[in-house]
Amino acid sequence: MTVKNLSEKLNFKFLCNEQEAENREINGCYCGDLLSWVMSRAKEDNIWLTVMGNVNSIGVAVLTDVACIVLTENAPLDDNAKEKATENGVIILTTDKTSYEVASEFSKL
Amino acid sequence: MEAIKLHYDVSGNDFTCAGEASGKIKRELKGLGFPNDIVRNVAIAVYEGEINMVIHAGGGVIDVEITPECISLDLIDEGPGIPDVSLAMKEGFSTAPENVRQLGFGAGMGLPNIKKYTDEMIIDTEVGVGTTIHLKVYIK
Repeated sequence: MTVKNLSEKLNFKFLCNEQEAENREINGCYCGDLLSWVMSRAKEDNIWLTVMGNVNSIGVAVLTDVACIVLTENAPLDDNAKEKATENGVIILTTDKTSYEVASEFSKL
Repeated sequence: MEAIKLHYDVSGNDFTCAGEASGKIKRELKGLGFPNDIVRNVAIAVYEGEINMVIHAGGGVIDVEITPECISLDLIDEGPGIPDVSLAMKEGFSTAPENVRQLGFGAGMGLPNIKKYTDEMIIDTEVGVGTTIHLKVYIK
């Protein structure tokens, strides 16, 4: 499944780099907001569910090579984070659902 | 192959810049053709080091030496030093202030993560003088 398929199935909205989503494959899901914790545990090509929309989240996404960030519960994305994500090709999506709801729906796909 | 030497400055108290050195090192190692797991491990260790420098030490410098056999890193700061290294190495122990925790840091995973993702880690620290962390990642 690609990030694009995922966004269609779970009704996510793109905030950044939608053009990359068609070719970005997904292999799993990781939820977490403590960045060091996420950095050491999220796997390459996971979707990352979080409410942390700051510039450091983008740094973590780049280092871990996650497939995309999904900002849950409509968590805001900072302007400088959006800029850094655009520069680095990090795909960011948003949803009003909680991380639990998204993870639960993702597991059924 | 002659060793490749790189040097990066980490500015203090600027979270927006944290991750720049690790990002550059990651690109450099990828470009040199190192395996993905090695690249990721080094990048995570350096990122944690950068964050520590920003939170605790007002910045610092990172020196890297790359050979086909080993990646050596020195993370050097002139911050307050670590009074109790064994306590700082415990997962979950953190002295990060509240504003830093709100950014998603301060989980007490920094030094443990650095150890986890490197083959050798030596911490030279002196209270009031600074800290240097020597790291090695061997290419198996």
